Amino acid sequence: MPVLARTVETAGIATVIVTPMPEIAERFRLPRIVGVEFPFGHAFGMAGDRAMQQRVARAALALYEQVDLPARVDLEIPWPVEQSVAYRAWQPSEPSPVVRYRLEQAARRREGQGAG
Amino acid sequence: MVGEFRVDSYRFLPRSFRPAFESFPEQPVTVSAARPRVPLPQARVALLTSAGLYLEGRQQPFDLERERREPRWGDPTFREIPRDARQDEIGMAHLHLSADDVLQDFNIALPIDAFAALEREGAFGSLAQRHYSFMGYQGESTRAWEEEQGPELVRRLEEDRVDLLILAPA
Repeated sequence: MPVLARTVETAGIATVIVTPMPEIAERFRLPRIVGVEFPFGHAFGMAGDRAMQQRVARAALALYEQVDLPARVDLEIPWPVEQSVAYRAWQPSEPSPVVRYRLEQAARRREGQGAG
Repeated sequence: MVGEFRVDSYRFLPRSFRPAFESFPEQPVTVSAARPRVPLPQARVALLTSAGLYLEGRQQPFDLERERREPRWGDPTFREIPRDARQDEIGMAHLHLSADDVLQDFNIALPIDAFAALEREGAFGSLAQRHYSFMGYQGESTRAWEEEQGPELVRRLEEDRVDLLILAPA
């Protein structure tokens, strides 16, 4: 995603990235970053919570005319779900193919070591 | 500023994923930031998500079958989501995220309603007619995004005279 932001900026169109991983966006040196401490897939907040979504949207718009760049604004909006529940809730019900692939590779390495 | 709130970028990330992100190299070159073309009250805004949204029955879902066969590959194509898309038209194809909340309210990833409300109150110029959905997992290479989809996205943004693109990685 930072790759797309860089392509669009380079073409002369301003971008703002709204992300739960502002540290990564900074490493890509993106010019306008809004950090949110929300679970993945929820950049604008809770399902059904228009007030929260609008608050994040306003913060993104506010960076458009920021002169001093790069600019990063982290929003202090608490996620209203208990951490252990929220940590699980955004994840898929089964491991993604690449996670499964890496687990299988690790298991094979362990078997190989055991046999050796 | 001392005491300023900083987001913990790793709060919701599975611990086993953390080293890969922490060792992510810093890009050597700062992007030359685009200057705002017009003031915010005249600016046209488009939205982009990488949550893998598509229009059910009208668009092909992202190619998850190939990703299952080739775990280090991710579908680089994108879908246009019109601003009048309804919740019951939205599907989600993404193997790295639960679809539960998005299928209840896609605005958490592509907040068309929130921006339409702000447009009505005059917080910015106008909301574009076309918005964009990618599937964020790209495996080992983002080359297709850099060489094909990125330039095509720019072409459509220019066609719609968009001044600001707001991106929300999933």
